[in-house]
Amino acid sequence: MKIETDLTGRPVSEPDKLGHFGPYGGMYVSETLMHAHEELAEAYFRWREDDEFIARFDDDLAHYVGRPSPIYHARRLTEVAGGARILLKREDLNHTGAHKINNTVGQALLAEYMGKSRIIAETGAGQHGVASATVAARLGKECVVYMGEVDIHRQAINVFRMKLLGAEVRPVTSGSKTLKDALNDAIRDWVTNVDDTFYIIGTVAGAHPYPVMVRDFNAIVGREARRQMVGQFEALPDALVACVGGGSNALGLFHPFIGDADVRMIGVEAAGHGLHTDQHAASLCAGRPGVLHGCRTYVMDDDAGQIEHTHSVSAGLDYPGVGPEHAWLKDTGRAEYVGVTDEEAMEAFHALTRLEGILPALESSHAVAYAMKLAGEMRPDQAILVNLSGRGDKDVQTVAELEGISL
Amino acid sequence: MTNRIDRCFETLAEDGKTALIPFVTVGDPHPDWAVDVMHALVEGGSDLLELGVPFSDPTADGPVIQQASERAIAKGVSLCLVLDVVHRFRKTDAGTPIVLMGYLNPIERYGYEAFAKDASAAGVDGLLLVDCPPEELSILGDGLGQAGIHPICLVAPTTTEERMERIGQLAGGYLYYVSFKGITGANRLDAAALAKPLKNLRRHASVPLAVGFGIKDAQSAAEVAAVADGVVIGSALVTSLSGATSAADACERAKAFLAPIRAAMDNSAP
Repeated sequence: MKIETDLTGRPVSEPDKLGHFGPYGGMYVSETLMHAHEELAEAYFRWREDDEFIARFDDDLAHYVGRPSPIYHARRLTEVAGGARILLKREDLNHTGAHKINNTVGQALLAEYMGKSRIIAETGAGQHGVASATVAARLGKECVVYMGEVDIHRQAINVFRMKLLGAEVRPVTSGSKTLKDALNDAIRDWVTNVDDTFYIIGTVAGAHPYPVMVRDFNAIVGREARRQMVGQFEALPDALVACVGGGSNALGLFHPFIGDADVRMIGVEAAGHGLHTDQHAASLCAGRPGVLHGCRTYVMDDDAGQIEHTHSVSAGLDYPGVGPEHAWLKDTGRAEYVGVTDEEAMEAFHALTRLEGILPALESSHAVAYAMKLAGEMRPDQAILVNLSGRGDKDVQTVAELEGISL
Repeated sequence: MTNRIDRCFETLAEDGKTALIPFVTVGDPHPDWAVDVMHALVEGGSDLLELGVPFSDPTADGPVIQQASERAIAKGVSLCLVLDVVHRFRKTDAGTPIVLMGYLNPIERYGYEAFAKDASAAGVDGLLLVDCPPEELSILGDGLGQAGIHPICLVAPTTTEERMERIGQLAGGYLYYVSFKGITGANRLDAAALAKPLKNLRRHASVPLAVGFGIKDAQSAAEVAAVADGVVIGSALVTSLSGATSAADACERAKAFLAPIRAAMDNSAP
């Protein structure tokens, strides 16, 4: 398989009309939701070309989210890693503390244009739930967030934040009680309340048009970064590194660079206790093609096709599927995917905190860990741009528990 | 190509009867009782059986079928075992049509070609995949069609006229009309409101129309039977079977559950 090229010979990665990226993506949803997805796709592809819609989105990103986010040269981290410069795209500085807000601002605006009064969302780490509750509060819309019981426990602070924002957090007790089950229940809610409800999916997974739409709203990260790199460092980075659960922050950074053949793109999955164990969440590194939550993509399942329970220290990466465009980028060889264990991520969490005074989310710590490893294999005149997708305030309690410290 | 499903609906139409289509999750409450329960369902007046293939993430199902799936998976029920159950059932029942209902991933893992071959050999007549709309059916390949297995398609209250037409052309066996916007087992059925959409749907489809979701007892079944060609009952039956303590008990429950429903449907035939 090859990435297609456009008329100018520039590679593009766009799906067909039904959202297929090669053999991945698509619309694997129940009949009741087909019309909702068609309606959403029609609205999205119409409004994303609309000058007023784009202007309102850009205005929200500038004045509500606080964009552009800076690129920061982590000098002390670079020194310790030894080798290529490590640069951080500071998505952790966004309003609500992660890249997730880029997407929820966009989808909320679309909900407004489509006249939907109620917002639902699923969340793992709680960042997407908080970002959804935030935009719902701002627009005065009812908001229900589905969250696995296990995640509610490990992300108690975010649960409280969502409640403060006026959202109802509905605990999900089925299956593994984590992100995948929260998605199941959100889908069930949408099937039932499809007329007035807008489902804000938080990652580049799900049925068409979600993978494209969530990517586009997050692609502001890569577009900004491309411009900033040229302005600030007079060259594009040699490698992009981002963590991948569903893969929205990674695709947001990668996508505007797909045509830059010299820029390596590396997605870092959660290797949990190790890829050789059954305790990880690395669908691209260790899974295989299957169908989950509306799209065909790499999934982690057993030989009977049942989706497996995953493990990662970070709730946001604890998902047995991945966005279909990542599956396509993997198969075409345009992007590489690697795993980082819980332990390596924890080391990186402490390293960045102590060396740079930046407390990263555990999800983003996976990317930092791999960037440090990779930097050591590269020359000092080269540069690695890491998407520091979120801040770690939400993880303080988890870190304390893991290290046996009572707060 | 016609199969048991087509012949079943032809006979029913001649007799002026509506198809009673129970849904059970295979292997719940116990995998060893599955074949016996199927025979009991036929004795209890069923015309066609829908067998749920358990899946870990059944997004269109309510808590009853979701939990039945979880229990079945915990007891080791897989697509492979479901086909074995059908195979064993066929040894003594060559006539009752069987439709497998479930989600795509277990079939993806089994292999689409191997599945078509094995399902046909076991005696499966139709396949209803909740998360595979007509637009994506090509993923199944040509094997099912060659094996004479019908793709059973869903139509929902949200289905547009344009899609109805496309689905009507594709449909084999029967169309499954989802009675409301929601998940299986929810209490949202408005039988009186079904006549209009079903009449409309008949303009686009020549196959019989079965209705499912929310039908739970004799009264609701009779109301639906008055306007549809088939009545699907799932969650209420699954709930009734779930407390069974033995194969014999499960069979008794199945027959006792269906008896009043069959009687009420036959009395309300259009």
